[in-house]
Amino acid sequence: MTAMTLERVHPADQTATRPAVESAGLEVPRYLGSRRRPAALSAGVRIGVPLLLLLAWWYGAGSGRIPPDVLAGPASVLAALRELAATGQLAEYLLASAQRAGLGVLAGGGIGLLLGVAAGISALGEELVDPTMQMMRAVPFLALVPLFISWFGVGETFKIVLIAVSAAIPMYAYTYLGVRNVDRKVVEAARGFGLRGHRLALGVIIPSALPNILMALRICLSVSLTGLIAAEQVGATEGIGYLVTLAQQYFRPDYMVLCILIYAVLGLVFDAVIRLVERLAMPWRGHVVAR
Amino acid sequence: MNPHDEMSEPARDLAVRISGLSKAFGAKTVLSGLDLSIRRGEFFALLGPSGTGKTTLLRILAGLDLPDEGTVLAAPRRTTVYQEPRLIPARRVLANVTIGLPSSAREAGRRALAEVGLDGYGGAWPATLSGGEAQRVALARALVRDPEVLLLDEPFAALDALTRLQMQELVAELCARHRPAVVLVTHDVDEAVRLADRVVVLREGALAVDRTIDLPHPRDRDSPPFAEYRRLFLNHLGVVTASH
Repeated sequence: MTAMTLERVHPADQTATRPAVESAGLEVPRYLGSRRRPAALSAGVRIGVPLLLLLAWWYGAGSGRIPPDVLAGPASVLAALRELAATGQLAEYLLASAQRAGLGVLAGGGIGLLLGVAAGISALGEELVDPTMQMMRAVPFLALVPLFISWFGVGETFKIVLIAVSAAIPMYAYTYLGVRNVDRKVVEAARGFGLRGHRLALGVIIPSALPNILMALRICLSVSLTGLIAAEQVGATEGIGYLVTLAQQYFRPDYMVLCILIYAVLGLVFDAVIRLVERLAMPWRGHVVAR
Repeated sequence: MNPHDEMSEPARDLAVRISGLSKAFGAKTVLSGLDLSIRRGEFFALLGPSGTGKTTLLRILAGLDLPDEGTVLAAPRRTTVYQEPRLIPARRVLANVTIGLPSSAREAGRRALAEVGLDGYGGAWPATLSGGEAQRVALARALVRDPEVLLLDEPFAALDALTRLQMQELVAELCARHRPAVVLVTHDVDEAVRLADRVVVLREGALAVDRTIDLPHPRDRDSPPFAEYRRLFLNHLGVVTASH
């Protein structure tokens, strides 16, 4: 690298008046590390791209460049939102869906977690569980819809079971991976100090695999949204998945866009929740991220 | 007065020139107003208790940390050997040695491997090497770049005692042949006195002592002058030694 680059890259690092390369052939070491970014700038860039997309949408719809039958404009979507909120349906729908998704993720995620830990810890567990789970992983859970309807009808059970199955698979896969990657030496030492069975699992293995498990939880939550759409297409009169069905049946472009926005906001909420859980559940990690 | 005072040194003979260097991490000051010059070809060892900024100084020279204040100048070709080998597991030994260099450097890479006693190891995977072998690959990776300044960050600390002695021997021999300026950061007083032309002790962010080691190579650890140096540096490091 030349002296010119040096001075351009970090002029404030060294005495500004001093040339970067001395006549003796010495240079200022070029900084190879990453720079601390100002928090305000970082936050600005973070929200900048979604904000730009929103603005483009606003401008495109307002100026008539985007016809309303291609993409509903912000005004009509807002009106649809107001309408839903005013009738109390929005809260009702969100609550109904949250209940289904919550129960489904809890049950499915719990089962996936148990199976993942079992397969990760013991060879027998792996032999028993892993081949089946890998096969299940290849089956799109939407293919189970007709079968589940014939078993459970179109009521709540069907919806919760469908979401549970969709959540169990990623939870299993990531937990298994996380448990397999736990430092064997630490586990060995813990065994040496007499930890066995559930005390080993709860005290050592699960905390160490927690980053993976929380990653799995993120995926479970997103997958549960897909599950909601599929589950609430039949036998439902409320729910944010039902809203998609409504928009389709009555061809309401404003509802179509509203659904997408609701899902996007839910994505943000899930991310914030998981970040919070990460902070609370893993105090030993600090908040340092290596980039 | 420091015999290596930068004002008395002809600038073209220097490999490193540092003046007024300060660095703090949060509230903890690790370097404060440090002045230091290292000549070309000089084997320079930095001793100091943990947390005195030895590694920080080395990282600043390597470009991995930024100084808060002061001027740091160093010869352009600098390479680092860390405490761990830091080899890329997914690339074979020769590819690790010549990483970042054009493919025409392969022959030089093989020669460097031969120099560190790993002739024919170019096709091996890093995971198949012992700790000492991996560290020798790291040394070859540094040497193949023909450094003007070789930065050694406790390169022997993670090795077993016997391998450490062999590695010290190898580093002494290679540095005598290639004559880079060497900055060795170490906790081991014997290692510093055995290898270095000049030893300094860092304390509270500044030089507590700066001594030229005036002994012929190879140096005998049991000789009285060696013991004298050892006692001097241990005293400056705050370790009280029994007097004989």
